[in-house]
Parts: sequence; C-alpha cells; structure tokens
Amino acid sequence: MSAQFHVSSNPHVRSASSTSSIMMMVVIALLPAAGFGIYNFGARAALVLLVSIASAVLTEFLFGLYKKKLTITDLSAVVTGLLLGMNLPVTIPLWMAALGSVFAILIVKCLFGGLGQNFMNPALAARCFLVISFPKQMTDFISTGKGALDAYTGATPLALLKSGESVNVMDMILGKTTGTIGETSMIAIVIGACILLLAGVIDLRIPGSYIVSFAIFTIIFGGHGFEPAYLSAQLAGGGLMLGAFFMATDYVTRPITVKGQYVFGIFLGIMTGIFRFFGPGAEGVSFAIVLGNLLVPLIEKATRPVPFGGKGAKKHG
Amino acid sequence: MAKLTFQGGIHPYDGKDLSKDKPITELSAGPVLVFPLSQHIGAPAKPLVQKGDYVYRGQKIAEAASFVSANIHSSVSGTVKAIEPRRVASGDQVMSIVIENDGLNQEVEYYVPQDLENLTKEEILYCVKEAGIVGMGGAGFPTHVKLSPKEPEKIEYVIANCAECEPYLTSDYRRMLEEPEKLIGGLKIILQLFDKAQGIIAVEDNKPDCIKLLRDLTRNETRISVRALQTKYPQGGERSLIFATTGRKINSSMLPADVGCIVNNVDTIVAVERAVMEGKPLMERIVTVTGDAIKDPRNYKVPTGISYTEILEVAGGFKTIPEKIICGGPMMGVAIFSTDIPVTKTSTALLAFTKDEVAAMEPGPCINCGRCLEVCPGRVMPSKLADAAEHFDEETFLELNGMECCECGCCSFICPAKRPLTQEIKSMRKIQLAKRKK
Repeated sequence: MSAQFHVSSNPHVRSASSTSSIMMMVVIALLPAAGFGIYNFGARAALVLLVSIASAVLTEFLFGLYKKKLTITDLSAVVTGLLLGMNLPVTIPLWMAALGSVFAILIVKCLFGGLGQNFMNPALAARCFLVISFPKQMTDFISTGKGALDAYTGATPLALLKSGESVNVMDMILGKTTGTIGETSMIAIVIGACILLLAGVIDLRIPGSYIVSFAIFTIIFGGHGFEPAYLSAQLAGGGLMLGAFFMATDYVTRPITVKGQYVFGIFLGIMTGIFRFFGPGAEGVSFAIVLGNLLVPLIEKATRPVPFGGKGAKKHG
Repeated sequence: MAKLTFQGGIHPYDGKDLSKDKPITELSAGPVLVFPLSQHIGAPAKPLVQKGDYVYRGQKIAEAASFVSANIHSSVSGTVKAIEPRRVASGDQVMSIVIENDGLNQEVEYYVPQDLENLTKEEILYCVKEAGIVGMGGAGFPTHVKLSPKEPEKIEYVIANCAECEPYLTSDYRRMLEEPEKLIGGLKIILQLFDKAQGIIAVEDNKPDCIKLLRDLTRNETRISVRALQTKYPQGGERSLIFATTGRKINSSMLPADVGCIVNNVDTIVAVERAVMEGKPLMERIVTVTGDAIKDPRNYKVPTGISYTEILEVAGGFKTIPEKIICGGPMMGVAIFSTDIPVTKTSTALLAFTKDEVAAMEPGPCINCGRCLEVCPGRVMPSKLADAAEHFDEETFLELNGMECCECGCCSFICPAKRPLTQEIKSMRKIQLAKRKK
C-alpha cells in the first residue's frame, strides 16, 4: 500500500480543551469585573488595563524572539497583564503599570522557564513589587477618574474599617467604592467566578476554604465577634474575592493535590486575616497568596494522594 | 440506587453509532492465513506442525509451552507454507505459522464431554485449556490460568466484563445482542468452577437494550445478576470494574482473585461456552471495522489468522485516505503502518481515521491544571510521573507510585497542554518491569 500512515503510541484521541482555551475562559470571566472597573473609575481605568496587557504581551513576545519560540498564542500573558491591571489603582502612572507587567512576565515567569515554571503568581508578585517600591502611588485611591465614582474620594473601605469608621456594605458588594480597578465589585467578580466554575476551569476547593477560613478568623480575631455588617464588609472589601477566585486558583502556583488545595486555602485565609488585623496595612490578600505560593511544593509533598488499592499486596478478608 | 462506577475517568466521543446497528457479518478466510505463536501473555506456543504438513480446520497447530501459555488452532484446512517471523500489530516480528487455505474447510472431529449436565471442574478446565482461550478484551491472558486460582473456594464473584468502554468498539455489543444465550451459558459453566460465586454481568448503561435483554434472559437464574454501570472510560478496566461492581480494590501487585473476583470479557465467555458445549477451539472472533475513513463500518466475524487487508477489501475499503489506522480502540489500540497484519485472538477492531488528531497538536508546557489527577483511575499524579519519566528520575517515579498506573490513557486524553503523559509513563514502566524480571 502506498499510503503513509501515522504511527504513535496510544491514546489516539484528545479532549477539546487546550491551554489557550482555558486562558480565554479566564479572560472572559475577568471581563465583568474589569468592565465594572472601567464604569466605576472612568476611561483611565481602560487605559491602565490596556497598558498592562500590552506590555505583558510585548514582553513575552520579545522574550520569545530571544528564545526563538512564540509563546504569546497561549494567551497566558494576556491573563497576567489583565490581572495585574485590575490590581492597580486607577491613578497609577502608566509607566509603572508597564514596569509591573515587565516584572511579572520577565522576572517572575520567563526567567524561571516560562509558563508552568513560575513559583509565584506573576501578576501578584508584580503587584507586591510595585507596592513595596512605590507605596505612595500604589495606595493612592483618591479618585481622579471621570466614572461613576467621580465625587468619591478618600480611603478604601478596608482602610476606613481599620480606622474604626463605618462603611456602606451594600455599596461594597455592588462595587461603588474605591480600591484597585478590578477588585471593588463583589457581584461582578462572583459572576466571573461562576463562569469559571460552570466551565470547569476552577472548582470551589481553594476559594471556598479560603473564604470560609478567613471568615472564621475574622469572627475570632477581628475584634468585632460575629457582627454581620463587619464580617460582610471584610469579605466584600479589598482583594479577597478577586484573589480567592482568580489568583489563589492560578493552576501553576497552587497545589495540584486535592487535599493540598484545602490546606492552601485555609493557609491563605489565616494569613490574610493576620495581615489585615495585625499588620500595618488594611490589605493582605496579595502577600498571603504570594507567601502561600512559596509553600506549594511542601504542601504537595505532604498531601500526595494514596494510589487506588493502596500500596503493596493486600488480601481481602 | 447510585450508579455503579469508579473515581476518575473520562467521557470521550464514543463513535459507536457508526457500527452499532450493523449485524455481525461472517467473513470467510482468504488464500493465506498467519498464526503468530505469541498472541497471548506468557510463553509463545510451540509449533506442532512442519512446513508442508496438511492441517484441518480446528486442528491444534501449536501447543502451550508452559502453564501460562495457550494452544493455537488453524481456522482453515490447508498446507503449512512456512514457519517464519511475520509482522504483528505491535510492530514486532513474531514467529508465525503460515497456512495456505485450500478452501475445503475440512474440519477435525471435536471432543465434547459425555455428560453435559454433570460436567466436572476438571473437564471444564481441560476444555478451556485445549481450546486455547485467552482474554479476548485485549490483554490475552490465558483463560485456563485465570480460572485456576490458588483457592477456588474463595472466589465470590465471577464478573462478565460487558462494559465495552472503549470508544468506537461495538463487537461485544453485537455479541450480547445476537448471542446472549451463549454469554449466559458460558457464565454458568464458569460458575460451576466456583461453588460459592455469584455471576455478575456488568454492562455500561449506554447499552440499555443489552441490559434489558440479559435481564429478561436471566430472570430465573439465582446465581446471575445483570448490573448497569455508568458509561465512562475506563469502566471496563479490570480494577475499575471490580470496584464498581463489588466495592473492592486491587492494586498493580494484586490479582482479582486476591479479592475473590474473576473477570472475563464477553467474547472470552462465549468462547468458553463453545469450547465446552461444542468442543470447538478459539478460531474466530468479532472485529469492528470502523472510523470516519471507512466506507462501510461494520462488525465482522472473522477467522483468526486473516489479514486486515482482506477485511478492509470486503468492507469496501477507504472512503478517504486515512492518516491513522489503529488496531483496537482509540484509547488502548496500537497504530499500525501497514494493514498486512493478521487478526489474532485479541484483535477487537480496526479503526481508520481521516485525521490524526494527535499529530495536529503541538505539546505545550504543563500548566499544572490538575485535570490528569482528577481523571486518573489509579489515583496517581500523571503530570509529576511524566516529568520524572522524562528526566529518567527512577527514584521519584517509584516514590510517586508510578507502577500503579494502568496505562488507560485518560491523562493524555484530558491534558489541555496536549502532553504525551501516558506515553512517558508507559515507557518508564516498561523499563521498571524489565528490571524487576532480572
């Protein structure tokens, strides 16, 4: 027979989902929160997001040229850029947003071997880098935008809470407060999270254990006991929702084992509580997740699954 | 009642509609047949004939060389043309008996036990061994060995594996629909070997007609029940099946008999029935010829030794030129580069695909998504195992329980980065198994 047939080892069929289709789902799921950020903070928010995405993709593209490997098609740089942008205040100088993206892609991701090899969430590591390097600009939440929040200026709800002032919880859930571009609206974030949950991209193990353990920590150590208004303000405020659903669930930097994911989520809940209630700042999500990322290898090692049927020969009965 | 199933597994496109409604068509043998001496697990059979000998249909042409081995019979009458190495589906050259068919179908006289009502256990085992029956689901483990566990009185379940969880395959389905009484009869014979055992016919619930038919036919059988399994690959894997039907677990170092189970595939059980009731050896099998490149997908009953090329000709050949041809199912089957390969006792199907979806996909880096862990029925960590295998890190591979992999292929199927996980793990396992034997 003259035809040439392909020969390869089984299996000979593959599922439809791919790395880029998963990344695309994450981008889609981030859109409600990003869109709300633009509505809330005005056109400059869109500009910040564009700059952070463009510089992330460009950095990855240039590194790809150097490595002679085109990797931007997997869309992971778009996700990183978008997530970083959503974690920045709308007033940030554009060059800083760009610098953050370069740091995320080049230092945190590419230099460690590219997609799948980074041990910290690139967007969050970049955010932490910016917070430490430029604390003033990164915590400047005086709104200068022309969005729905035009009249609102001042501290974030969490900062208000920390200084003992009262906040409007309903506004926080809707997102009509100040904060970073993508973190303010709990509703928009939860809509996006539902998209990811329904698409099977993420599950509730990490977000669930993170949020529940943080809530318990808040009740015990928050200083307000079981006070629904305070508790819901803590849950809706800051980066908790965005972090729990979109950043703690980052595949590369969370434990791969099922048990490990619960351990990871609980660890994040406790750390976020410690940072928020005992630390100098009002926020703690980014640092908690980045710290958690570092513990992933240990958690994985301690939570290896037991193989089916156990090890070694056992007889029944 | 909750559906019987196991943890993990996948739902690939099943493609069974192509051939499931096509009744079994009988095919007669062509001019030349090839009988590899090794179509089973264990020692290759020892030839009993020489070049130039005349053989009858049903004649034993090679005998089991040790306990774990199996007899081989000619499916035609004719002359032995050669005993020489021939290529088989795995790509290996295997010593084979080549027989020129004289088309006369002169048959030997078959030995049938005298008193079919009161068969002794020895008689049943003798018939099964003589008939050269091996596991026809694909593994090819000699059935007489399987049916002779160390402590037969401890066997509690004889499970008929009628899951047929491999996509595209419909040969077991047709067999169950067309000859259900042979399946039940065979199971009853096997149950005679194990006094305390219950028979379970386990069928995936995508075959409701089979389930209904078998339930109707076994209504008065006190020792046989028909169970519906959730349709999921690899439901028909031995370990998954035992767990789904009995809740018992075995690992790679245990045998089903260790948990009181014996598992046999549909076709194997039918072969046992034929061997005992008619004295006929294993010399035919049902092969599904299907795939989008096949003009007329069908199920054929073919004599062993026939070449796939001949079956393809009868099937009308290719509709389009296939990129990939597979012996067996898409999950566990072997890709072949030529169809000049004989049908053996363990052949289940010939698939021809216009597009080879594997070659069209570029493997990317692992993104640690964890899907492979979720689908793994062995509950190991395929991505980490593949990593260890890739770097030839034997220590890590064994520490991560790499030997518990059953090579079902779920991880490769599900991987969004399209990494060849199963393939990496398989090659490392092969090396480790070879080392153990030393």
